[in-house]
Amino acid sequence: MENLSLQDLPPAGGPNHVQPPPGGPPQLPPQELAWLTEASTVRTSTEKLVLVLRDGRKLIGVLRSWDQFANLVLQDTIERTFVQDVYSDIVRGIYLVRGENVLLLGEIDLDKDDYIPEQFRKVSAEEAHAMKVKEAKEKQHTDKAKAKKLHSLGFEVEHTGEILF
Amino acid sequence: MLFFSFFKTLVDHEVTVELKNDISIKGTLKSVDQFLNIKLDDIQVVEELKYPHLSSVKNVFIRGSVVRYVHLPGAAVDTALLEDATRREAASQASKPR
Repeated sequence: MENLSLQDLPPAGGPNHVQPPPGGPPQLPPQELAWLTEASTVRTSTEKLVLVLRDGRKLIGVLRSWDQFANLVLQDTIERTFVQDVYSDIVRGIYLVRGENVLLLGEIDLDKDDYIPEQFRKVSAEEAHAMKVKEAKEKQHTDKAKAKKLHSLGFEVEHTGEILF
Repeated sequence: MLFFSFFKTLVDHEVTVELKNDISIKGTLKSVDQFLNIKLDDIQVVEELKYPHLSSVKNVFIRGSVVRYVHLPGAAVDTALLEDATRREAASQASKPR
């Protein structure tokens, strides 16, 4: 098991943590750490992460707290949208994310921090959003045509009705 | 629980995880839990330019429910043993009273 000290957590603790009484031990007893299964959590509470949500949004922020459901608190969060060859950042601030919406969590390598491949050009949030909406509409259209064609051949399309990016 | 145990034997091997949103991520399997959530280290995204948001990421946690396939290193899998274990698990489950 990795180092599971919660010493450096902020005093507020995680969304489901009860703050210990004043003067109480600063660390949780081992049985309360049992939920920290090896794969389900991230090690420390000051890592910069990229978080991909179930609806396809990408959030970049500093992980401050989490629990066994992958409920997360992110600080200084930005939302980054990539469309075709452009991207945009929107400053969002603090996020509390319910675990079921988490699709993927990636720790950002501080050596390559904020590296964006050269071919991507920064645009305004509105511009990126408009492009995203347009792209989504086109995709919906082609997906529908594909599904129809597949259906006529006797295939059922995967995860219909489920939003997945 | 069979596949949980199976994946645990593959820790530290290089695997490629294909997600339901078509991203394929190659990396060293670092850990896996009962939900088959997966942690990968030293990742590399296949078709990186299509998924630029992962370009500065070195390790990932992937929720088990979004995984479509895990591509395994053939040499690390004892197929006969796995088949055997699968049969045994199925047999033990069939004999269990419901």
